[in-house]
Amino acid sequence: MTEPTAVAVLSGGTSLERDVSLRSGGRVADALADLGHHVTHLDVGADLVRTLEDGGFDTAFLALHGSAGEDGTVQSLLELIGLAYTGPDVLASSLAWNKPIAQGLFGRAGIDVPARVTLSQQAFRELGAAAAVDRIASVLGRPLVVKPARGGSSLGLSIVEDPAGLPQAIVGALSYADVVLMEEFIDGTEVAVTVLDGEALPPVEIQPKEGAYDFRARYTAGATEFHAPARLDPDVLAACRGVAVDAYTSVGARHISRADLIVDTDGRPWLLELDTCPGLTTTSLAPMAAAAADLSFASLCDRLVSLALRDATA
Amino acid sequence: MRLDTDPYLQRYADRVLGLSASEIRALFAVASRPEVVSFAGGMPATSALDMEAVEDVVATVVRDSGATALQYGGGQGRAELRECLVEVMAEEGVPAHADDLVVTVGGQQALELVAKCFLNAGDVVLSEGPTYVGGIGAMTSHQAEVRHVGMDADGMRIDLLEEELAKLAAEGRSAKYVYTIPNHQNPAGVSLSIPRRQRLAELAESHDLLILEDNPYGLLDFAGEVRPSLRSLIPDRVVYVGTMSKTFAPGVRTGWVAAPAPIRDKLVLLREAADLCQSNLTQMVVESWLTTQPWREQVKHFTTVYREKSEVMLAALADEMPEGVHWTTPLGAFYIWLTVPRGIDTSDLLAKAVRHRVAYVPGRGFYADGAGGNQARLCFSYPEIDRIHEGVSRLGEVLHEELELVRAVFGDDAPQLRPHTAANDHGVGG
Repeated sequence: MTEPTAVAVLSGGTSLERDVSLRSGGRVADALADLGHHVTHLDVGADLVRTLEDGGFDTAFLALHGSAGEDGTVQSLLELIGLAYTGPDVLASSLAWNKPIAQGLFGRAGIDVPARVTLSQQAFRELGAAAAVDRIASVLGRPLVVKPARGGSSLGLSIVEDPAGLPQAIVGALSYADVVLMEEFIDGTEVAVTVLDGEALPPVEIQPKEGAYDFRARYTAGATEFHAPARLDPDVLAACRGVAVDAYTSVGARHISRADLIVDTDGRPWLLELDTCPGLTTTSLAPMAAAAADLSFASLCDRLVSLALRDATA
Repeated sequence: MRLDTDPYLQRYADRVLGLSASEIRALFAVASRPEVVSFAGGMPATSALDMEAVEDVVATVVRDSGATALQYGGGQGRAELRECLVEVMAEEGVPAHADDLVVTVGGQQALELVAKCFLNAGDVVLSEGPTYVGGIGAMTSHQAEVRHVGMDADGMRIDLLEEELAKLAAEGRSAKYVYTIPNHQNPAGVSLSIPRRQRLAELAESHDLLILEDNPYGLLDFAGEVRPSLRSLIPDRVVYVGTMSKTFAPGVRTGWVAAPAPIRDKLVLLREAADLCQSNLTQMVVESWLTTQPWREQVKHFTTVYREKSEVMLAALADEMPEGVHWTTPLGAFYIWLTVPRGIDTSDLLAKAVRHRVAYVPGRGFYADGAGGNQARLCFSYPEIDRIHEGVSRLGEVLHEELELVRAVFGDDAPQLRPHTAANDHGVGG
């Protein structure tokens, strides 16, 4: 393991994913403390910069999900005050955070991404986008997926079967972000691939016991069945790993990311999104992938600390 | 390799299987941050307590009776405290003897014990709709089916209750009990009118009903009005629940249940199985508070504070809310019940509200059947006055914006924002 290090574990804050972040952060802090690191668990707020400047920390461990923590804001502050941190840098974070931009980049990199339509609140309020809503179902088919263009944990996501339900789903998603992303629904096996320092860990297959892999299915222990590695042909597994690494590379990520994929019935992986600060709760996917690679949760956290220190001195 | 995030799943009782993570609960984690003005939690203004008096009371209990205070107690609760609680009930004209009472861990434990005492899986309970989240939780955790009875400005509509009873009879079923919060109801903020209390009592007699009368707020009437309790009308048909959480402090976790003797005996046994006894320490603190301090003055002070806050919130709502939003006018306690135009979903909207740094409880939480999507509860008891102004102003902004957005997104289908039905003019129904 890494030499005992003074680590500030950052979690909480005021993002909509505060609750999940606190759970990730608590688990990380316990694991690192058990390894002998000097850990301070912080709920980020107005005193963050002062606390970090005065705290004598060697590195920050980012267990932040949602805005500020995942969109490059905190990363930018940490660079300004010269403190090493885990996870992708400012640019990679902000690229991945904006799902329409990230999907565009992935498409250009030759990764299969679902067909999509992006509309902002402004398009509806000022430019009469409502008149074009009927076209969405004809462009994307049905069912279709409606989600906020930013944020994770499936918050604000809905799967719309009947186009008559589309306006309500759009309004719902726009509660979470100012831009809504609508995608064609790809039927198949849901798979998450964690990339650790440029290398893909075993793909994890996600099978909710009922309905979609929504917030409830994500965070209720036992509500979803997972298999690692996913029960797919070896060449399909390899293709999934390849897509995850390509996605990591195309936004310029470092340390860790998690790619959420659907493998369609022909065995073709489609990239849905890339998470640059993946959840680390007891029901989260990245720790499962690590376990499947014989890397304990504590070792995964320790590895991330060592990567932060390595890149700070590089 | 199959990964189990809950290897204990096969072992759980059926009643646990419905318990799951929820987005709304996750958003409340943000609402607790100081940046957010929260109208969500129904928290009393404990800062309005005379803390020196509290300190004195606690110190005296420990100094004079420490060994007893830190010892186990009996399952029914201390007789001395029950005598005091009978006096508290007498303030509202609720008749009781100390022996009728079981002291509980807040009113919530009383609701839980009553549910455990009466409900088998699939049993029906009738309750106001909307109603207290914790009341629903107590009943549904015993797998009961909660059927709601609509309300208006005079509380539960007894004509609708009769309809529900007739429906049940037609199904060959009956209700195990009727759950009601007759005074300053949580969340609707309305009280059951006196004629309706009479009517409910008659109906209980004619239909052989048992009533669970939950009365946390009766003493918090802004005008000091006292309404006759159901227990005073039909004592043998009422299980009455009271609490010190709103008249003193929720931190002492002291409530009670007053019930006919056979039910009381069962409740004592159930409570002993659950947690043996109430903490002697907090019982003695409450006892001392009620016997040595001017607690009636404290309740009056609380009421003055809440009345002022309610007036501030009502005035702010009148200034800030867009057309088409309606709310109830409370005559006591903590709550205003808001109804927004259909097309706005208050569960979805909570995320936007939290982003604007204001929080409320979406209406769906107060129904067991998924109703209440265009309603919300605002609690004014806890935030300071200037924060109430700020919070309502933020909420007004959010609702104006959302109405505009709904109109823009629905386009020609905007009649979704249709006017309210007659039932909604009373400001409670869904």
